[in-house]
Amino acid sequence: MSSRSPASLLLLLLPVALGACDRETRDYRSRALQSTDRPAAFGGNAYHLAQGQRLYAWMNCAGCHAHGGGGMGPPLRDDEWRYGGRIDQLVATILDGRPNGMPAFRDKITEDQAWQLATYVRSMSARTRQDMLAGRADEPANVEPPVLDERKPVRRVTPGQDDATEE
Amino acid sequence: MRSGANRWLLVVLAALILIVIAGAILLGAPDRKPEPALGDNADRLADLPQPAMRARPASWYDPPDADQWTMQLGDPSGTRFSPLADVTAANVGSLEVAFTFDTRNARGHEAAPLVVGDTMYVTTPYPNDVYALDLTRPRPTVKWHYQPRPLPASQGVACCDVVNRGAAYDGGRLFFNTLDGQAIALDADSGAELWRTKLAEINKGETITMAPLVAEGRVLVGTSGGEFGVRGSLTALDAGSGAVVWKAWSTGPDSDVLIGPEFRPFYPAEQGEDLGIHTWNPDGWRIGGGNPWGWISYDPELHMIFYGTGNPGPWNATQRPGDNKWTAGVFARDVRTGQARWFYQSSPHDLFDYDDVNESILLDIPWQGKLRPVIARPSRTGFFMILDRLTGQVLSAAPYAHVNSALKIDLETGRPVVNPEKMPRPGRVTRNICPAAPGGKDWNPSAFSPRTGLVYIPHLNLCMDEGEIDTNYIAGTPFLGADARMFAAPGGYRGVLSAWDPVANRAVWRIREDLPLWSGALATAGDVVFYGTLDGWFKAVDARDGKLLWRHRLSSGIIGMPMTYRGPDGRQYVAIFAGVGGWSGAIVAGALDPADPTSALGFVNALGDLIHRTEPGGKLYVFALPG
Repeated sequence: MSSRSPASLLLLLLPVALGACDRETRDYRSRALQSTDRPAAFGGNAYHLAQGQRLYAWMNCAGCHAHGGGGMGPPLRDDEWRYGGRIDQLVATILDGRPNGMPAFRDKITEDQAWQLATYVRSMSARTRQDMLAGRADEPANVEPPVLDERKPVRRVTPGQDDATEE
Repeated sequence: MRSGANRWLLVVLAALILIVIAGAILLGAPDRKPEPALGDNADRLADLPQPAMRARPASWYDPPDADQWTMQLGDPSGTRFSPLADVTAANVGSLEVAFTFDTRNARGHEAAPLVVGDTMYVTTPYPNDVYALDLTRPRPTVKWHYQPRPLPASQGVACCDVVNRGAAYDGGRLFFNTLDGQAIALDADSGAELWRTKLAEINKGETITMAPLVAEGRVLVGTSGGEFGVRGSLTALDAGSGAVVWKAWSTGPDSDVLIGPEFRPFYPAEQGEDLGIHTWNPDGWRIGGGNPWGWISYDPELHMIFYGTGNPGPWNATQRPGDNKWTAGVFARDVRTGQARWFYQSSPHDLFDYDDVNESILLDIPWQGKLRPVIARPSRTGFFMILDRLTGQVLSAAPYAHVNSALKIDLETGRPVVNPEKMPRPGRVTRNICPAAPGGKDWNPSAFSPRTGLVYIPHLNLCMDEGEIDTNYIAGTPFLGADARMFAAPGGYRGVLSAWDPVANRAVWRIREDLPLWSGALATAGDVVFYGTLDGWFKAVDARDGKLLWRHRLSSGIIGMPMTYRGPDGRQYVAIFAGVGGWSGAIVAGALDPADPTSALGFVNALGDLIHRTEPGGKLYVFALPG
């Protein structure tokens, strides 16, 4: 309890206080989103990411794409996107489907839910902020949560087949 | 002094860089396993059965025209045996490539080609093209090429790769099915389309991958879609017109299942009214699976067909209390009317995706002093089942694979005694269930040789962890409710070729294979058994003792079915597709990510190394002795 103590205590707390400045921001008051706002509003929000993960299970996405590694459908953990990997392209894929087997979910979920799903799908290839990710996976298989890792090249299915580049 | 230290630093750095580069090369290099050594590599477990105690073909069995191969299993009793004997255990070692045919299709090739007269018929996975090859030329040329152009969206509802299990030939017509659910008949001479009948709706998840069977002028076709909540059905079409003669559902009211006064199941659990409704949660039967996507055998004397029904939907068994009739069992039906004669359920209230679609081999076995007509079934449950062909009674059941999911088959009730430790429960993971979801053996058919009395079973040695989660039915999306990941069963090897004595119900010899076996087997009168591995080795072993006599590396992994025929030049040929894929090979054909252990419904966890051991690409290889 020396005279220095209040000052040093403040100094000690300073990094904590500064750290708090970088927390993600949440919109607690909803307002109508312009379509141009959406990538930022959904893409950087942990709540939407978590909702997306629940929808991923509820909409049976895992049956085809597993927990990102693929199966009947292509993998989602890699950096190869047949129809584009931008979040708005993923939303279009989810809502309207694609001709080689991706079903359309437009009548089953809302547009906002499609953005939440796309947010989660992007997180599988570690393209979201790491502080948004859940600490543990939410399925019995307990697949490792996606973390920033080097992108591993994935072999093509058929030479010459459409392998649209991302972004 | 300073420069000396620098030099040392440089040397150390250089050494480090070299080590890193060497490591990268070693790790990155494809894992080329050494060539399998010829000779004695089988485990011998018992003596060959004495001639009097050998299983034999059905009494009416008439060896098929050995020069041709007109159906996927070789003959209606499903033996995959050829009476050709030019290629023998003594000379198979000099077998060499006669010609190849590139299908320009990189998905899984599960079919066998057919040969009728001077023509070979080749079918491919989606988009299900058919080629007719003129065999009279030394380098066979394409006579005609037929493209059915199935809907591209069908690829999205095909469980486990976009495979097709081939065509059937009968009376100048070629019959096959497309992924989007059409049965098609072609004029075998010209390739002209005679008729096409739509039997599946892909928006409900229905597809067709099986090879049809033709019997008494009817083409029998079953649906796929057990992973999509598809209510399974088997349809008999008129071979001439494609019109539906009868249609038997696998769930629902007796009138839909074609259960009537002729239905006399052996066990009480199958006796009762509308069990296809009452053994389900309310309305569960409407989305309950039971797809007959596997093999059909035909007994012309009894006018009966035998086929299995697939897994109930969803995989999550907690959501469908009851026995879930008539899924995961065997039907015997009158081929003329479709009326059921008997049913045996090998996996009541199936917990582990044990479809019962595997081949039914029609045999006569010495049983308590006399010959008894039976069907022999290496079942997904891991048990080799001998059922009475007339009644469906279980005569014997013994595990041919590593089994801990059931303790035994109760011969009083015919039911498996489920191991309570291995029952999946919602929200938790059950560890080490054996066999895994693809079972002791999946679709790939065995072969039976009347010369040894043995059934040659290409099968799996896999276990799995499985967790249940609640799932919703959404038409056209997977209806599973389970996460699985598979791994090698005890022993560490993942595949086995078992030579099985169906009378004593035990293995006579066994070859352990590093990779799961996903190819069919072929037995010939030359006492040779052919099969292939996922890393592309096509092998010939001695039917009597399992000695490896010959092997040849193909350009892609083998999941096809070998067949043999006599060419127009009088020589015996042996043909097999290369073309990795299917459920097991999806990791290569679909470029799946091994970092996710649940990829391909958990198969990828057991097969991460396959990426480095084979390449995708469909190609037919035809072998012959040096001419």
